[in-house]
Amino acid sequence: MNNETKLMSVRDAIIMAMSEEMRSDENVFLMGEDVGIFGGDFGTSVGMLEEFGAERIRDTPISENAISGCAIGAAMTGMRPIVDVTFMDFVVYMMDNIVNQAAKTRYMFGGKGQVPVVFRCAAGSGVGSAAQHSQSLESWFCHIPGLKVVAPGTPADVKGLLKASIRDNNPVIFLEYKAQYNMKGEVPLDPDFVLPLGKADLKREGKDVTVITYGRMLDRVLQAADQLRDAEGVSVEVVDLRTLIPLDKETILESVKKTGRVLLVNDAHKTNGFIGEISAVISESEAFDYLDGPILRLAAEDIPVPYNQALETAMIPSVERIKKYILKLVNNR
Amino acid sequence: MHKLMLDIRNFDNKVNQMVKKGQVPGMTHFSVGEEAANVGAIAAIGQQDFITSNHRGHGQSIAMEIDLNGMMAEIMGKATGTCKGKGGSMHIADLDNGNLGANGIVGGGMGMAIGAALTQKMKNTGKIVLCCFGDGACNEGTFHETLNLASIWKLPVIFYSINNFYGISTPIKNVINVDYNYQRASAYGIPGHFIEDGNDVVAVYEKVQEAVEYVRNGNGPVLVESVTYRWFGHSTSDPGKYRTKEEVDSWKKKDPILKFRSYLVDNNLATEQELDELDVLSKTAVEDAVKFALNSPEPSYESAFEDIFAD
Repeated sequence: MNNETKLMSVRDAIIMAMSEEMRSDENVFLMGEDVGIFGGDFGTSVGMLEEFGAERIRDTPISENAISGCAIGAAMTGMRPIVDVTFMDFVVYMMDNIVNQAAKTRYMFGGKGQVPVVFRCAAGSGVGSAAQHSQSLESWFCHIPGLKVVAPGTPADVKGLLKASIRDNNPVIFLEYKAQYNMKGEVPLDPDFVLPLGKADLKREGKDVTVITYGRMLDRVLQAADQLRDAEGVSVEVVDLRTLIPLDKETILESVKKTGRVLLVNDAHKTNGFIGEISAVISESEAFDYLDGPILRLAAEDIPVPYNQALETAMIPSVERIKKYILKLVNNR
Repeated sequence: MHKLMLDIRNFDNKVNQMVKKGQVPGMTHFSVGEEAANVGAIAAIGQQDFITSNHRGHGQSIAMEIDLNGMMAEIMGKATGTCKGKGGSMHIADLDNGNLGANGIVGGGMGMAIGAALTQKMKNTGKIVLCCFGDGACNEGTFHETLNLASIWKLPVIFYSINNFYGISTPIKNVINVDYNYQRASAYGIPGHFIEDGNDVVAVYEKVQEAVEYVRNGNGPVLVESVTYRWFGHSTSDPGKYRTKEEVDSWKKKDPILKFRSYLVDNNLATEQELDELDVLSKTAVEDAVKFALNSPEPSYESAFEDIFAD
């Protein structure tokens, strides 16, 4: 394996992941609105039309129902489509196909057939796109047996997990964060660099408190952890879930047993959000006996995402608020 | 074709009896009366081709020559069923033989159909897809989106609308502003064919075969509409108040099986005796399927947790 890495953006990591998979498997193709000459609404397929041609970089009409249904039918018959959903909010138009068809087909047919399709969704707020273009809707999909849900938070994880999602034989909801397409990090260049789905990653080891997060909030949690370590000497363990379904309960529970204090952070709405599920998983497990205090949640407020930049910023967890919550837990000892 | 039509009739009549005896645990939708519309269309496609079926899919699955034992066991929820008892009447599928499955969602198979057609186009297989749906699906958004996408990409798919006049209780004439659904083909710049007597299996076969040739030659999709009638209610829970007895009886006089029987005998293609023997064979096969299903084990509790994800 080649150990070389390169500093690149999330956007370029996505292009690299898809391009590598398309070079190695002729059944992989990309479809969606503006994926061709425009290079994707978020620039996540720039240059791919030139390399792979219009047969495999398929521009579609604005027809989310037909796009999603078509991708599922192609997947059932031997292709491995990647769908650029663009704004995650538009997935609402695809819900029947994802929830009633893709997720259930194999089960309803008694284990016959498979649906290897990836729905790439640009989630989250942070670019002034208001209430219909800013949602993180992962919890809806986590509720449906038969779907995998992936939400990486670094460029390297984006590459490794997108490749794994494309190679997976099941429908995968893959979250990208529109506010982080330009975020940079070192990314392995080896085409064989693939990360496993269902495996969380300990991004920081610590002993005082566990912060469990994923996706867009990882970067802020890491900043908070590093600042508290340097300024206050607090030792924060950061569990990056990376995939929500399948969920790596083992890593979560091991960390909770170690620190006894838990903060859960995501950028989706608080009520019925996925981190509430994590809280229940901990409470129902043997790790509950190791807790030294309540499990805290820090999530987006339960309001539609406002357009005004100050309001939009204020409604999701900031580094300062994450620090405040960590200290609240630690000072409770 | 006659045998398959008899199989549909005998199979669904039998299931209906079993429903009344409480031997069928769940919801079923029957194809009795619609035998010609199903068999004629499916006979016109090739062995290697695909179909997507709808929630009134018994007729389509039987026309695709599914194993009747497995299908009966599935409807009874048994472990030996086509789908191991996990799908039931609305999810009969036979992926190995090109049947991409019945669907409980009205219009739910249409996206899959164009996707399967896209695979055939991208892999240049020469195969086509017959997308079966009822008149009820033609006002779903997916109807318009999939016809449009298939048209612009010239996908090898026949959109086959089986018009039995009612979406559960709602008459189709109350919910579309054209006389027939096939007329909407012009909105997508594709041919629309009308089969006025969808109970005439020869007429269905010939018209769909014309569409098959057009689609297989790479010209893009066709919309075909067959007019037929379901003799029973929408499902086993339907009291049938929205139709008169006279109307139902008038359609029973247009029995697709009797019509084909006359055609075969009048044209010296078969004798009455041969066709009677075929009916006996069909009824025996259905009885055997019932025995197989009744003697089959229930699925284990553990099996409910299998088949969610592919490896």
